[in-house]
Amino acid sequence: MAQITYREALNQALREELDRDELVFIMGEEVGYFGGAFKVTDGLLAPYGEKRLRDTPISELTIVGAGIGAAMGGLRPIVELMTINFGLLAMDQIVNNAAKIHYMFGGQAKVPMVIRAPQGGGHQLGAQHSQSFEAYFLHCPGLRVVVPATPADAKGLLKTSVRDDNPVIFLEHESLYGVKGEVPDGEYLIPFGQANVLREGKDVTIVAYSKCVYRSLEAAEALENEGIDAEVIDLRTLAPLDLATVVKSVKKTGKAIVAYEGWRTGGAGAEVAAQIYEAAFDHLDAPIARVASLDVPMPYNRHLEAAALPASGDIVKAAEQMV
Amino acid sequence: MALERDKLAAERSLLTLGEGELLELYRRMSLIRRFEDKAAEMYTRGKITGFCHLYAGEEAVAVGAIYGLYNKDYVVSTYREHGHCLAKGTPARAVMAELFGKATGVSRGRGGSMHLFDAGVRFMGGYAIVGGGLPLAVGLGLSIVYKEEPEVVCCFFGDGALPQGAFHESLNLASLWKLPVIFICENNFYGMGTLVQNAICQEELYRFAEPYKMPGVRVDGMDVLEVYGAVVEAVARAREGDGPSLIEAVTYRFRGHSMADPAEYRSKREERIWQARDPIVRFRHRLVTERRIAEAALDKIDAAITAEIDDAVKFADESPEPSLDEVAKGVYVTEPGAA
Repeated sequence: MAQITYREALNQALREELDRDELVFIMGEEVGYFGGAFKVTDGLLAPYGEKRLRDTPISELTIVGAGIGAAMGGLRPIVELMTINFGLLAMDQIVNNAAKIHYMFGGQAKVPMVIRAPQGGGHQLGAQHSQSFEAYFLHCPGLRVVVPATPADAKGLLKTSVRDDNPVIFLEHESLYGVKGEVPDGEYLIPFGQANVLREGKDVTIVAYSKCVYRSLEAAEALENEGIDAEVIDLRTLAPLDLATVVKSVKKTGKAIVAYEGWRTGGAGAEVAAQIYEAAFDHLDAPIARVASLDVPMPYNRHLEAAALPASGDIVKAAEQMV
Repeated sequence: MALERDKLAAERSLLTLGEGELLELYRRMSLIRRFEDKAAEMYTRGKITGFCHLYAGEEAVAVGAIYGLYNKDYVVSTYREHGHCLAKGTPARAVMAELFGKATGVSRGRGGSMHLFDAGVRFMGGYAIVGGGLPLAVGLGLSIVYKEEPEVVCCFFGDGALPQGAFHESLNLASLWKLPVIFICENNFYGMGTLVQNAICQEELYRFAEPYKMPGVRVDGMDVLEVYGAVVEAVARAREGDGPSLIEAVTYRFRGHSMADPAEYRSKREERIWQARDPIVRFRHRLVTERRIAEAALDKIDAAITAEIDDAVKFADESPEPSLDEVAKGVYVTEPGAA
């Protein structure tokens, strides 16, 4: 067990999977010589070579489409989109091809491909570089949607993603790359669909994923000082979704807050809230609160950006109003 | 433009191909025509529903091209793909049953007319987003190079795909990486109802090969031997590791864009001119006059095809519907290797 960053954990997972299976390869913009725009693939080109670290031109639609075709041809591609914002150009290939090929063709083909992409705001990158799109992918049947928050989860879930036979959308948060944590050495796999109860509590359940996990833990600490005992659940994967763990917690606390960085309207947290209502309505003592980004294109100004993003204080307020 | 050269190659093929091979080309084209005519009939009778885009008139392209491939070579196609699937070797029964939406269909009734797929013959799918198949062909080509296999990918698309970004990105990437992909543009002059010259600044479509540094040829898509000759050359190049080619096959669809389209944007005169160039009638005539093949041999093939298609319709009609219990199954591959 070593203390390494989220970025290093991803890099380690990639190395281990490249070593394990000759059919695994990485392609994307700047993944090779540049080492990845966020340096996740740094140092991989030298040991693995251009065949397995394939730099591509800026052609998101065709990079992803070629990944799908390569997967249909028996390879296990890991396609890096430099950021998820550019992934919209590949949306046709993801939604119309990757997600449908197995079902639409009667099970004759599969698409064992991982699409890795950083997302999220907080770096004053403006409206076109600060978005969170997990809801778009969650909406589409046929895709796995993975949203790790911790370095250990980043490693364990990425390794599982590479071995999964379905197309996996693996969304990393840009401001988590430098976060450090304990990460098991060597073989370490986390199954999909297993939420992690990071903090137990009896008064309110805070359901989160990706960066909002940290905002939720901060909020839980603040609430503790006020005598409110919050439980924090990290979903880790949105598709499949571990509703059972969430419902079990809500039945205990009677209150739920869903925290996510996507836009509030139509966000992944809205879906989670709806599923909690369906499964545990009678156990709720208050309406579920959603803490999310404001429904605005992300502004550049530091103060405006902070105001648009969800903060731990927003979660605290939501909890105070409920308890 | 290598039109003259391809004409000569086609003349040569008529002499060098064995009688059995020529009859097989004729059989495949006739099979597709008969299949499509029957599909139209079944559509009007309500046995086939949804969108149904027929290939009648364009048979020489699929048959000529696919005859230039080995069985293990891949084919990627569009929503007008009955012909490519049949030419690649999928039984007419399985294709017709798919059009009927039956459990015995090649995609188990889940795909329909636009989404045929047959892993067994490496027919890698009909894709109904214009241009959507090209990036997949690039990826299949990449898998071949990666695994150092000898196969090639033959990717069909219409003239309507050329203004799409996917076309340009795919040609760029295939050429950049020298992938074994043969891009075959079926130029039937209309993207749905829009004339090619109203959609593309460069209406000599094969010329798009030049900026992407690959060979580009325009062939008579109503001449099966000319298509065959061009594809054989492109395939040889691809197998040698010399990269992709673009072939523009000029052709004509005898019916509307889909069964719902009476094609009122075309003149009857134009249709008559092209019907006079019917690829099957012309090929038959040449077989009889230039290769002295007996009419009786061709009639025998036609009779067998009629029986085969009638059988396919009967099979499709009598096949069971997919079980409703299955509707939510198979969205994900559950077990490793389960696909």
